[in-house]
Amino acid sequence: MAGVVTTQLSEKTARPKHINESLAVRIILISVSLLFLGCVVLLPLLSIFIEAFKKGADVYFAAIRDPDALSALKLTLLTALIAVPLNTVFGVAAAWAISKFRFRGKNVLITLIDLPFAVSPVIAGLVFILLFGAQGFLGPWLDNHNIQIMFALPGIVLATTFVTFPFVARELIPLMQAQGVQEEEAAASLGAKGWQIFWRVTLPNIKWGLLYGVILCNARAMGEFGAVSVVSGHIRGETNTLPLHIEILYNEYSFSASFAVASLLVMLAVVTLIVKSFIEWKTARQLPKEES
Amino acid sequence: MHIEVRNVNKAFGTHQAVRDVSFTIERGKLIGLLGPSGGGKSTLLRILAGLETPDSGDIFINGQRVNDVKPQLRGIGFVFQNYALFKHMNVFDNIAFGLTIRKARKAEIKERVNELLELTGLRGFEHRYPHQLSGGQRQRVAFARALAPKPELLLLDEPFAAIDAKVRKELRTWLKSLIAELGITSIFVTHDQDEAVEVADEMLIVQQGRLEQQGSPIHIYTDPRTAFVAGFIGHSSVVEQPNSLRGFENAASLAGAKAIIRPEFVEVGRQEEIAFPSAAEKGKVRHVFFRGAHLELDVEIGANRVSAHRSLDQVPLQPGEEVSVLIHRLYVISDESATMVENPLKVDPLPVHI
Amino acid sequence: MTSSARKKAKPRSVLPGFGLSLGFTVFYLSIIVIIPLIGIFVKTSGLTPGQFWDTVTNARVLASYKISFLTSFYAALVNLVFGLIIAWVLVRYKFPGKRLVDSLIDMPFALPTAVAGIALTAIYAPNGWVGKLLEPLGIKVAFTPLGITLALIFIGLPFVVRTVQPVLQDLDNEVEEAAVMLGAFRWRTFRRVVLPELIPPLLTGFALAFARGIGEYGSVVFISGNMPMKTEIAPLLIMTKLEQFDYRGATAIAMVMLIVSFLLLLLINYLQWRSNRRVAAA
Repeated sequence: MAGVVTTQLSEKTARPKHINESLAVRIILISVSLLFLGCVVLLPLLSIFIEAFKKGADVYFAAIRDPDALSALKLTLLTALIAVPLNTVFGVAAAWAISKFRFRGKNVLITLIDLPFAVSPVIAGLVFILLFGAQGFLGPWLDNHNIQIMFALPGIVLATTFVTFPFVARELIPLMQAQGVQEEEAAASLGAKGWQIFWRVTLPNIKWGLLYGVILCNARAMGEFGAVSVVSGHIRGETNTLPLHIEILYNEYSFSASFAVASLLVMLAVVTLIVKSFIEWKTARQLPKEES
Repeated sequence: MHIEVRNVNKAFGTHQAVRDVSFTIERGKLIGLLGPSGGGKSTLLRILAGLETPDSGDIFINGQRVNDVKPQLRGIGFVFQNYALFKHMNVFDNIAFGLTIRKARKAEIKERVNELLELTGLRGFEHRYPHQLSGGQRQRVAFARALAPKPELLLLDEPFAAIDAKVRKELRTWLKSLIAELGITSIFVTHDQDEAVEVADEMLIVQQGRLEQQGSPIHIYTDPRTAFVAGFIGHSSVVEQPNSLRGFENAASLAGAKAIIRPEFVEVGRQEEIAFPSAAEKGKVRHVFFRGAHLELDVEIGANRVSAHRSLDQVPLQPGEEVSVLIHRLYVISDESATMVENPLKVDPLPVHI
Repeated sequence: MTSSARKKAKPRSVLPGFGLSLGFTVFYLSIIVIIPLIGIFVKTSGLTPGQFWDTVTNARVLASYKISFLTSFYAALVNLVFGLIIAWVLVRYKFPGKRLVDSLIDMPFALPTAVAGIALTAIYAPNGWVGKLLEPLGIKVAFTPLGITLALIFIGLPFVVRTVQPVLQDLDNEVEEAAVMLGAFRWRTFRRVVLPELIPPLLTGFALAFARGIGEYGSVVFISGNMPMKTEIAPLLIMTKLEQFDYRGATAIAMVMLIVSFLLLLLINYLQWRSNRRVAAA
């Protein structure tokens, strides 16, 4: 289920009064919105930093510098570093095939690409256990050849890739469908070859949408919990990602440490949203220029 | 007087959309509000409807000042440029909307909607949704919807702009006869002068927020009061040095002024074809355009260029050909006004003396 | 005949890379998504229908489905109402901090679910900031179905807002003005003209939030308390079965959830297809 909708806030002048609500109604609706968002979103965010620093900055930095935390951070980064580029290449290829050509079964293909959004993360982990686990289809064979997939890096990467599979494709397909094929055909008629067309014509047109898909994909990849929890085995210092490390600390009642590590992921989310706003601002600025 | 507008002004930020406009409209007239795009016509219409509030000035309907009457209560029907039909309602419910809002009885609603379906030729389409209708049909629905609550005044904002050229002509005639039949006072906005001339009983020419002239189409065509109207109505050529044209050398009012010449004021042909050879001068055909029912000639006379018509029945003229040109009359334009000047040399070449 | 059919299927395009891009797409889709998912069906078919039925109708399993579906439903319902209000406020009104509020809507997409889970628990636990205030009123949030609902409200918040926002943005002022000219005042205009236009995106947003809710794990496990029969959600029960190496049980439960999710996905695609068609045609 696409978590990615580009929005543009209008900066039009105030609406005429006959098609606007009275001042009192407007104030009430704005207050209700702010109160709701405050309770559901803002308060939890603040609480993370407050809980993290409850026992002082020393405890905070100790929790972050803890070797287990550092190895979890490394594993998280490594996982994202593998899963995100894979899904990016896939997303571009899928969007190219779907938006530039006509073929039968296209809608089925688009629905299949959406599938991972509809699957619970826990089930996403489960499918890989069934495939590669000790009792799974390939388990005995993998065991004989001494290949470890479950409860190791490959399993974590696979589960993460599954969960973040649609992000880039989902962002690019509508964008490239809207852009059509005219520019590429013009380039082809001028003698450009396959990769030249892609690098010189298509990529500049989709770069912001692509970046947008990539950062959302990355945020989910680094933050995935359910799917990774199933396949990781929770081996401290080895197969723990940051979210799993937070869970372990929390369950051991080391709340401050847990929130300290969580604050790192909050910062990741904040950076993601800042980049997203920047892209929206950038594309909104481009639009009127192209129109005039 | 049915509708009266007095000294209305409206600005959007620094843009003065309507400048001190005043006019009156009699009951039952069909008025064309004509002018170039962005000239303030739609704003004027929306002020009448109550969708915009004027910065100053008053609006009267039936002698009652309605400035502070809410648009919902003014009893005005409005047809929007893109029709603004309710997409989720079928034709029947769209037309019935204004009546259901007024809590009319069911039987009454049904009767009125059926009446309008009949009137607009939409019988049989009442269960269709807007996306299942053609442009012309949507326009009829918008029209029927606005008429359903029996408004005092009907306002139409560019009612034909979104329709194919072919259907547009048909709809114009249909609308004109329908409004005449209903006798409802109507104002429609258009930037297309053919449309205004063909449909309107009376035209209001608006430019840059100012009302330039009000009058019947014929009156405005033959007697334009301002330079803008003279140039805007009809096809015309602007002549920079009218003093150099034969027959107008001595016209005092022409000194240093420009003139506007309509194609129908110009007679072009071989010398023998011209009725008043003494008033004609030499010119050269630069281009000949085929315009369907006639030819349009672009003729050079000295430093001036004028455009003229020629019938397809006459001997064809070739580009580059030397011709005689007779200018029957022209409009002298100064900053604001326009005055017609006849060619004084146009005297009968063979006066019959008894 | 076959040659004409083949001709039709072949893309007639001057652009290169059809074979390569489609081939890679299908290959990658197969190994990452399709084949692993088929594994579930194969594993489930290892159970006799009787065993399968017994597993998924076990009282504890049924209770977990009920909790998952009900809390997701209520959460989506809350998001339906507040999502509409927030989208309305963001599109139509001007107020200080509007851009910040707009960015905040996406927080649940960007914030790892486990982080959201511990943060919500910290606030709404009986000794938390808000929990402390609610305790005397007899309202317990954390470790009750209400807590699960709250976590799902957080997770599902962006869906309704982000599906309604663009539709509201594109809604022509003229349509509302048409209603005004026909005599409708504000509430009637909203009820009769604006709201019906927003029904398709509201339904889509609701379905998206609901679908996301029934699969959600990370944000819920911390706040739910995980008491069997009371606050145990279906994904957690799968987890528990896995930890007990009861793969067949886990797979059977997952199977039922997958089918529901697929049906929801089809419903969502249908809703979007329908509203697109109407917009494109009108």
